[in-house]
Amino acid sequence: MTVQVMEEWQGKSLDDILWLCQETVEDTEVTTVKRWRESGGKVLGHFQVYFPEEIAHAAGMLPMKMFGASVETRNADSRFGSFLCSILKTCLEQVLSGRVELDMFVTHPICDAARNLAPIWGRNYDYPCQILYLPQNPNSSYSIQYLKEEYERIQGVIEKVAEKKITDDDLRNSIAVYNKNRALLRKLYEIKRERPWLISINEAYVLTAVGGLISKEEHNEILEEALPLLEKRKARKQDRIRVVFEGGFCEQPPLDMLRTIGRSCYVVDDDLLIGMRYILEDIEPGNDPLNAMAEAYINKSTYSPVQHDLRKPKEKMLKERVKNANAEAVIITAAKMCEPGLEEQVTYTQEFDKDNTPYFVSEFEENMTSFDHLEIQLETFVENLIFD
Amino acid sequence: MSEINNKEMVGRGTREGAALFRDWFQDLTEKAEKGETAAYVFVMGSIAEILRVFDLPMVFPEINSLQTAVRHVADDFLNTAEDYGYSPDICGYVKADFAMQMQNGKHPMGRIPKPGIAVLTNACNTYFKWGEIWERVHEIPMVSIDVPATREAGTRSWPGDEQFEREKKYVKVQIQELIEICEKITGKKFDIDRLREVMGHANTMSRGWKRVLELNQSRPSLFNALTDGTVYLGMSNVFRGTPEGARFFDRLVEEMEYMSANGIGTLTEEKYRLSFIGVPCYPIFRRFNEMFTEWGGAFVMSTYLWFAAGGTNLGVEYDLEDPLDSLAEGVLISVRDAMDSMFHPELTVLEQTSEFNIDGVVYHPIKSCRTTSAGMADNRRALMENSNLPSLFIESDMMDSRVVAEAQMKNRIDAFFEGLASRKAQIAIGEA
Repeated sequence: MTVQVMEEWQGKSLDDILWLCQETVEDTEVTTVKRWRESGGKVLGHFQVYFPEEIAHAAGMLPMKMFGASVETRNADSRFGSFLCSILKTCLEQVLSGRVELDMFVTHPICDAARNLAPIWGRNYDYPCQILYLPQNPNSSYSIQYLKEEYERIQGVIEKVAEKKITDDDLRNSIAVYNKNRALLRKLYEIKRERPWLISINEAYVLTAVGGLISKEEHNEILEEALPLLEKRKARKQDRIRVVFEGGFCEQPPLDMLRTIGRSCYVVDDDLLIGMRYILEDIEPGNDPLNAMAEAYINKSTYSPVQHDLRKPKEKMLKERVKNANAEAVIITAAKMCEPGLEEQVTYTQEFDKDNTPYFVSEFEENMTSFDHLEIQLETFVENLIFD
Repeated sequence: MSEINNKEMVGRGTREGAALFRDWFQDLTEKAEKGETAAYVFVMGSIAEILRVFDLPMVFPEINSLQTAVRHVADDFLNTAEDYGYSPDICGYVKADFAMQMQNGKHPMGRIPKPGIAVLTNACNTYFKWGEIWERVHEIPMVSIDVPATREAGTRSWPGDEQFEREKKYVKVQIQELIEICEKITGKKFDIDRLREVMGHANTMSRGWKRVLELNQSRPSLFNALTDGTVYLGMSNVFRGTPEGARFFDRLVEEMEYMSANGIGTLTEEKYRLSFIGVPCYPIFRRFNEMFTEWGGAFVMSTYLWFAAGGTNLGVEYDLEDPLDSLAEGVLISVRDAMDSMFHPELTVLEQTSEFNIDGVVYHPIKSCRTTSAGMADNRRALMENSNLPSLFIESDMMDSRVVAEAQMKNRIDAFFEGLASRKAQIAIGEA
């Protein structure tokens, strides 16, 4: 089922398209998902970081990426104690407040808090609330086979919810749609890296993030329309330092924080919503699409602080990202109360100390509203680099 | 039995456990002094069965860290790690261990050898981040055993189920891969008969641990699940798969059976039987318990004794005819149960409420551990919806005294007991 759920964007200017994307991403009522449901569609909500959306797509469901929201956690607060990150609460608030209605929820063993979401959700809702156990030992020779079987298992649950049997051809078709989406996002990031003056970090962010709230077909169409317009955008290169932003793999920094950063720096690469770009190459579905997806997750994927893989030491991977983006400095952030993010900050800073790569360390929360302090600190950091 | 025998028998487990524990730390200190290394493992799935075959001494960093809190020196360790850059909001165990690593293994109970290998399961995600620190600091191999947990409450698979058998294969392959690495780092050939021997001892211990926990259904309760239970728990982890561990649990069962048969309980005059959910408050370990015992509150059950024992509370016994397959099966069942005990504790607590005559449930969420704590508030909500069990929810930490507000805690505990007393009185009036 392909349903257009965004406001009419065809034929609009680039600025208008970006504005519509921002409106959609900031829409606390998640109207796009409501429209999908109104058209008779079912929705699978999945928590960060990576979920094989192709399987839900093949069943005709809308996979909704739950990446938090700017909402007051009036209902969810009673389900959580202190010392927890905000995204857990805002995601649950989206459903408890009735803003989002799901038919299935999936979380992942990315961290100790996120794993708890399935039990919490399950105590509150009757629909399937599952953990998709992505392998935490990707270095085992059996991990691809295990993951393929785990994908088969979740496919079975999805089929029951969607009331549709998924064929290999359905999966091949969905993989093709997602390959296209990943290619378009790679193109967007290529523009960011090579001509960052053409698109600010907050603009690139909304253009990416909107894909979590609409069908991938519609997202592809938007990107196909926006990217050529972007290439033709009249914008002058300015004297700003090139930075990589790291720390947005799960909870998302507020858009105003990204704007603040964008005023001082060109963000040439980042890990914002990295799950949407986790698979680095096209997946060749072949005779066994689920196996191909599992293989891609294990062998053709990027990194994040929540995946341990002996082949991917995070600090080396970040260094590689910095090098490939030709960045001069790194903004190393972490969401408040995010255990893996906060732990990784130490590793990153230790690594960058070795070769004197400049870095700026900060913490954020998705619902923070004041950035004056951050702006002053960041400007000082940038000035130090420029006048060094 | 005479009073002399009473004295010899009652409290024997605690005494013997404490002595064995001191010996273990002494042994670790000697190894550290000689520059020997150890296998760093965790309580939720130590895979001791394999490591013992290679005679690898084991270090439990969680136990080392909690000891710093019990001995009131954790703050120094935490400050050292925070000075290095670690956030106040991450796991205190990790920080205390990191500080200890930075101080060449210096520990209040001796000295801890450096790691030569780290083995961990996914029962706690922070294990991965923790292991990665050792990987970087000591450049050692880190081996993960990924144990797929229950995907949704009530859908746990068991031997014979297709899903279980598939996952058992995944666990088995990972155990075989661990064996290969152990062979490589020790230069020793894997000996399956030695594994059988170790597993035999582990069987005795699992059987004993299950029985000990069951026996606390006695009235009065035989041991305090929060304090005595933690000593036994330490034994179940540190001595897993050893003759000393097997002997300890045989004797502990004997002690508990004796106490039960003779109506002997703990020193607390038991008025309220409580279930504890979470990790103890180690910075004020004794005092925390006293705030309950002063009111006649006795902890007869604790989820800590389930999950921090790696699920061996289930008493799963290995089939020594097919040791590797059976080990994979046992690890899958037990470690998975440990995870369920953290994510769905209310299910088992509710199931066992009448057997243990539980009067109230104490939830203790802590800053350091999101695995055990993130779901507790909702868990309590569900417990209250599905039962009329009174419950208490007190937040603090297992390491960080900065978030342990003793006076505030006491106020809430007192109010909880006043509520329990009033409830008992009302029931008594109703029955009269």
